[in-house]
Amino acid sequence: MTTTTNPFAYAPAPESRAIVDIAPSYGLFIDGEFTESSGQDRNKTVSPATEEVLAEYAQANAEDVDRAVKAARKAFEKWSALPGSERAKYLFRIARIIQERSRELAVLETLDNGKPIKETRDADLPLVAAHFFYYAGWADKLDHAGYGPNPRPLGVAGQVIPWNFPLLMLAWKIAPALATGNTVVLKPAETTPLSALFFADICRQAGLPRGVVNIVTGDGRTGQALVSHPGINKVAFTGSTAVGKAIAREIAGTDKKVTLELGGKGANIVFDDAPIDQAVEGIVNGIFFNQGQVCCAGSRLLVQESIQEELLDALKRRLSTLRLGDPLDKNTDIGAINSAEQLARITALAETGEAEGAERWSAPCELPSAGYWFAPTLFTNVTQAHTVARDEIFGPVLSVLTFRTPDEAVAKANNSQYGLSAGIWTEKGSRILAVASKLRAGVVWANTFNKFDPTSPFGGYKESGFGREGGRHGLEAYLDV
Amino acid sequence: MPIAPASALPEVTASDQALRRYLHGLPGVDPVGLEARAASLGTRSIKTTAKAYAIDLAISMIDLTTLEGADTPGKVRSLAAKAVRPDPTDRTTPATAAVCVYPDMVATAKAGLQGSGVKVASVATAFPAGRAALGVKLADTRDAVAAGADEIDMVIDRGAFLAGGYLKVYEEIRAVKEAAGSARLKVIFETGELSTYDNIRRASWLGMLAGADFIKTSTGKVAVNATPANTLLMLEAVRDFRRQTGVQVGVKPAGGIRTTKDAIKFLVLVNETAGPDWLDPHWFRFGASSLLNDLLMQRQKLATGRYSGPDYVTVD
Amino acid sequence: MSDRLSVFKTYKLYVGGKFPRSESGRVYEVTDPKGKWLANAPLSSRKDARDAVVAARKAFGGWSGATAYNRGQILYRVAEMLEGRREQFVREVADAEGLSKSKAAAQVDAAIDRWVWYAGWTDKIAQLVGGANPVAGPFFNLSTPEPTGVVTVLAPQDSSFLGLMSVIAPVIATGNTAVVVASERAPLPALSLGEVLATSDLPGGVVNVLSGRTAELAAPLAAHQDVNAIDLAGADAALAKELEIAAADNLKRVLRPAAVDYTADPGTRRMTAFLETKTVWHPTGALGAAGSSY
Repeated sequence: MTTTTNPFAYAPAPESRAIVDIAPSYGLFIDGEFTESSGQDRNKTVSPATEEVLAEYAQANAEDVDRAVKAARKAFEKWSALPGSERAKYLFRIARIIQERSRELAVLETLDNGKPIKETRDADLPLVAAHFFYYAGWADKLDHAGYGPNPRPLGVAGQVIPWNFPLLMLAWKIAPALATGNTVVLKPAETTPLSALFFADICRQAGLPRGVVNIVTGDGRTGQALVSHPGINKVAFTGSTAVGKAIAREIAGTDKKVTLELGGKGANIVFDDAPIDQAVEGIVNGIFFNQGQVCCAGSRLLVQESIQEELLDALKRRLSTLRLGDPLDKNTDIGAINSAEQLARITALAETGEAEGAERWSAPCELPSAGYWFAPTLFTNVTQAHTVARDEIFGPVLSVLTFRTPDEAVAKANNSQYGLSAGIWTEKGSRILAVASKLRAGVVWANTFNKFDPTSPFGGYKESGFGREGGRHGLEAYLDV
Repeated sequence: MPIAPASALPEVTASDQALRRYLHGLPGVDPVGLEARAASLGTRSIKTTAKAYAIDLAISMIDLTTLEGADTPGKVRSLAAKAVRPDPTDRTTPATAAVCVYPDMVATAKAGLQGSGVKVASVATAFPAGRAALGVKLADTRDAVAAGADEIDMVIDRGAFLAGGYLKVYEEIRAVKEAAGSARLKVIFETGELSTYDNIRRASWLGMLAGADFIKTSTGKVAVNATPANTLLMLEAVRDFRRQTGVQVGVKPAGGIRTTKDAIKFLVLVNETAGPDWLDPHWFRFGASSLLNDLLMQRQKLATGRYSGPDYVTVD
Repeated sequence: MSDRLSVFKTYKLYVGGKFPRSESGRVYEVTDPKGKWLANAPLSSRKDARDAVVAARKAFGGWSGATAYNRGQILYRVAEMLEGRREQFVREVADAEGLSKSKAAAQVDAAIDRWVWYAGWTDKIAQLVGGANPVAGPFFNLSTPEPTGVVTVLAPQDSSFLGLMSVIAPVIATGNTAVVVASERAPLPALSLGEVLATSDLPGGVVNVLSGRTAELAAPLAAHQDVNAIDLAGADAALAKELEIAAADNLKRVLRPAAVDYTADPGTRRMTAFLETKTVWHPTGALGAAGSSY
């Protein structure tokens, strides 16, 4: 999206997709091998950047899910009885194989998800490997984790993950589950099943005992069958708040333990004494990382009135340098929206924003003709009452609101059904601490944004869900404590 | 000969206190965020046509430098010849922007560059430490200009800057600017001695307020010289200064940039921070010596498809 | 004893630091296990529940913002006040649960000791469940527990006093505020507790006590959008399921009912169930960031 007059136009620099070998068709990974579904339904997964069909895969039905749960149950007995040090070694193996195959997996993820290779290569994959490496180390130290002596696993975990970070969310789910001695049945998202299926192959390479990890693909019906299956002891879900609530109702009255990582409408608060250039980068990273399809995105910018103009000028200038296009191009900053459905939702919400009187500005960039694309967009003149200030858009759309005093900033930031993330930008240390302590959000980034680490607990307040993933805290979700 | 223009923002340079208030009122710099941004831009992949363009641009931006006690007229003549025609085997190779020498070598360089359009830059003001009386610094400057220097690379008094003597530094730059006359003035901060990024930002603004034509990272004589992060910070400064005052100022990272890969990273910083207006030897320079040969070898590789070697480029 | 006619107590609710009657004007008969009339208790309505939530929300900012030391002192003060009224509670618990004086006394003593236990926890739990996380980057990263907010507590039906204390104290120790639905059959000790709390420096609204039909009060509380969590200790399986479904509307944190021995060491579970973890990141920067050589 550099201007046409700039002689220093970056030539295409595509990462080679030859490194990844996608089969035309995939079955389900149950009890250590790929098997066909007992039904006939098949789905297709497409590259969101080109709409090219990448592969077909099975739509697992209730019978398939039952088979997977039974395989996991059978495997649980031995797996949970293994010494933690042995489970640890399997997880270390997995971490290492992921590192070895990280370029292949990065390209695969970019193809299936539409996110830029820069992100899969530099963020997703390193975090995936790190997560397995981190929880591997816990497997033989659970006695010291603060949950009393010899904490026991729950049993079979049913895990349903979203499409925005397919492999990373898999890692967040599987690594702690296995470290604590549970076995899993995992359902990847309907639009991004491939990296989970490749992970099945990694389990094979690592020699993981059969049935410890089972992958069932399919749409919401498969997820529903898994969550409601009486044979699971634990539900872990990352996805929309609406589905999270349905799951909470579904498991009411059962003994199933549950963790939910749901939506957000993160406030990114910029005070007038902020390190402006870094704040601009943080705002961009906060809402345009992964095309804004991030539950903890900083989708509401709260800027102090006195610097509004300066900040918005800088932000627009910066957005004009974002490069949108081929996700496999190493210079691409903004990739494709994951699906036609998601694009339609983003488009509709942006139109609502305009209809309600917010002022829309989009970065001047050409959108490719095929695939699902949305230009980086911001709305100004937004108030708390606007839909774009309240609803999670899950796309590259930033709503800009202003405030005058720190109290007002906190009040506006907290005025949301969600409570997942927030950002604070100021050079004044005491203000950071004061505001951070008042924000009702599970992750607060001060003078930075969208940072993740396996040691750092992640999860929300209020309708952003409950439970924490990552760190010592993340063990609790998989232990009978 | 025009006198240096009055400060772009006269009210902020009226007194030491006003200057301090202004410089300390500039937005802070978060080091982690700054370095992360520089590193992120460093992952840009510049290939084929873009690379060819960048290599030629980088060559044309070099202040080909020799600043050794052991410099000889012969070496300076040789350097001048190389600046004019960096690759004798390929006439399409652009000339460098300037040759940068000590004041006593200015005349030699000038003679070697006669009619070429390549400028003579001279370090002055008791380079590299800057530890001399103002009178000596001014004499140093006038000498260099009198000998034919088109550009003066001065060092600031880091001691005064770090002690908070902003007005002293400001006035010294003003004085050197006046002594330099029509020669363009590059103000060297020696960023490696300024200790914090906040100081680099303040020094940048101080230099620009005092009339610098270029702000320059370093002398090349200390442990840490130009880095992507400190250059990014200075590019932000010139970008913001132009927005506020309308005056465009150039940037010159110097020292430590040795490879084509490095140089292209800096050009990406320029392109995506200050913008294409700075992608011009008039507004951006590399203070370098060995960089040129690496650029030439890469240029040969692009032209021929095979990797070149040091025997196919001239030792200065 | 002479044949002096004793003075009966009018049992009232405890909401927002005040002792109102039910806005409905209703009461119900409370008897001992053998059916002997003990008193009339307010039969709270959904509006009383709503008022209690408003009071609890209003108190949340101050209570959660109080220092942990301060909260510990106040919880200890509750124990002190209970100790002073020990005889009253022994009598009420004996009546309510049909216990002998000595068994009732054991319950009351254990309940008082429970407040002492939790008084000591207020300024320790954060170190237990929070801490610095060694992230792989130039960031300082700290996780701290924070109270979830307004917690509805359905007090155990059978353990009218020890059970009650065992579910209230952990909720407020960490800075939550509570709307407590007393044991339906034996609410009197809970209503008397209000009198203790009111004189213990506990800010009004931190604990609110309702008496009445558990199912009738729990339903609107489980569905209330300004309640953040619910402890189902006093719900039977059928009611618990129904309430858990209602609680999903705003994703309340739910502590499911389980068989609990209230005389045993309570552990930290009832505190952590109503804690959120907040993780704050900040860049660490670096000395010599600009390249100086120290």
